[in-house]
Amino acid sequence: METYYHPGDLGKFAEMGKGNKELWEKFTSYYNAVFAEGALTEREKALIALAVSHAVQCPYCIDSYTQACLEKGSNVEEMTEAVHVACAIRGGASLVHGVQMRNVAQKLSM
Amino acid sequence: MSETKLSLKARGSVLTSENEQLRILSEIKGCPPFEAPMGRIGLDPLYATGISIFQMNLGKLCNQACRHCHVDAAPDRREMMTRETAEACIDALAQTDIPTVDITGGAPELNPHFRWVVAAARALGRHVIDRCNLSVLLLPSQADLAAFLADHQVEIIASLPYYRPAQTDAQRGEGIFEKSIAALRLLNQIGYGVEGSGLILNLVHNPVGAFLPPKQEAIEAQFRKELKLRYGVVFNRLYTITNMPISRFLEFLIETGNVGGYMERLANAFNPAAAAGVMCRYTLSVGWDGTLYDCDFNQMLDLPVDGGAPRHLSDFDPAALHHRRIVTGNHCYGCTAGAGSSCGGALT
Ligand code: SF4
Ligand code: SF4
Repeated sequence: METYYHPGDLGKFAEMGKGNKELWEKFTSYYNAVFAEGALTEREKALIALAVSHAVQCPYCIDSYTQACLEKGSNVEEMTEAVHVACAIRGGASLVHGVQMRNVAQKLSM
Repeated sequence: MSETKLSLKARGSVLTSENEQLRILSEIKGCPPFEAPMGRIGLDPLYATGISIFQMNLGKLCNQACRHCHVDAAPDRREMMTRETAEACIDALAQTDIPTVDITGGAPELNPHFRWVVAAARALGRHVIDRCNLSVLLLPSQADLAAFLADHQVEIIASLPYYRPAQTDAQRGEGIFEKSIAALRLLNQIGYGVEGSGLILNLVHNPVGAFLPPKQEAIEAQFRKELKLRYGVVFNRLYTITNMPISRFLEFLIETGNVGGYMERLANAFNPAAAAGVMCRYTLSVGWDGTLYDCDFNQMLDLPVDGGAPRHLSDFDPAALHHRRIVTGNHCYGCTAGAGSSCGGALT
């Protein structure tokens, strides 16, 4: 089936380095530094990445960080809660913009 | 994945054939022969560096039937080391200064000669490890087992794949988590795992599925916190072990369509440092019938020692075995992926 997303493309991620090697290297070194153990553990960072990948709706990141979370010792209950955090923030962000809707409606209404 | 099954043998599975397992592992796309990366780092052929662990597999009988079992052990299996072979092991051991005897199974404690082996190896002054599945300690027939192990200063290495019930039961069988915790409490009560007691209790974490284990120190800290907080249980060290793509875990991989992905994952995570330290380089593994192997995994794939070294205990020759060439195959990717994996945990 033709789709926009191909699971195999995840493995070809590094091809993005072919257009501009220098920027790609900057990105990968930054990326690796972000995910290294720091004030947050690698496990915590993987859970954040999993939540964010749901917020940005990237299927490649969802695949990668589901596996990464399991390989960092997280369980599906924790991962599900992380997704709910993404969902709550996305939902909350829509709702808080509702104030704008209410303001506009109020201004236009008699 | 919570269904616990009988052994492959009892179910007449095609995977009972070691050749079939080896064939499957050799035909996976995206996973080059193990000798390729080993050759690139100058380790093909692979040679032993000596023997510091004498591993004895006392048989396939087990009171559990875990889904990841590389032994295909289960309550229905009856293969067991005889007293005669056990005595030959101890005689062989006495000819060497190998410091550690690592006793495994199945549930090795269910072999009627287990206690004799432990006492004899201790009498030779060797450090003894019992690879214990924990639940065996609760069997009425084994009521005095914990005290026996403590009396003989046996190190216990016990499997506990995860600190929560659902994951542990999914891999090792319904209700096993609760039994494991009860057994750990029993061991803690007599001093195992308690600082200063000299009684060593180490745990083993296997991933509950087709993925690699976490970093050993990170998951050890998690286990320590969770087991203490939730169950008041303490232990010394936690080892991570990668699930080997053989026997019942291979069955799981095939049934769930994960075999290719898992082998690729292992091959892509090939780590030269882990490859240099694989446990076969310092282990000799004796099967229940006295056949000699480079490791417990080769034992289960019916790949005895090679390269001119004696293949059976009856021809035991420490010098020839010391520098033997090791038999490898694609299952070996399980030992060299990521931080590496051995019976003593991560390698790097
Ligand atoms: S993994 Fe260990 S406890 Fe489980 S069936 Fe195999 S030998 Fe028994
Ligand atoms: S499976 Fe056995 S022979 Fe292969 S690398 Fe691991 S320990 Fe060595």
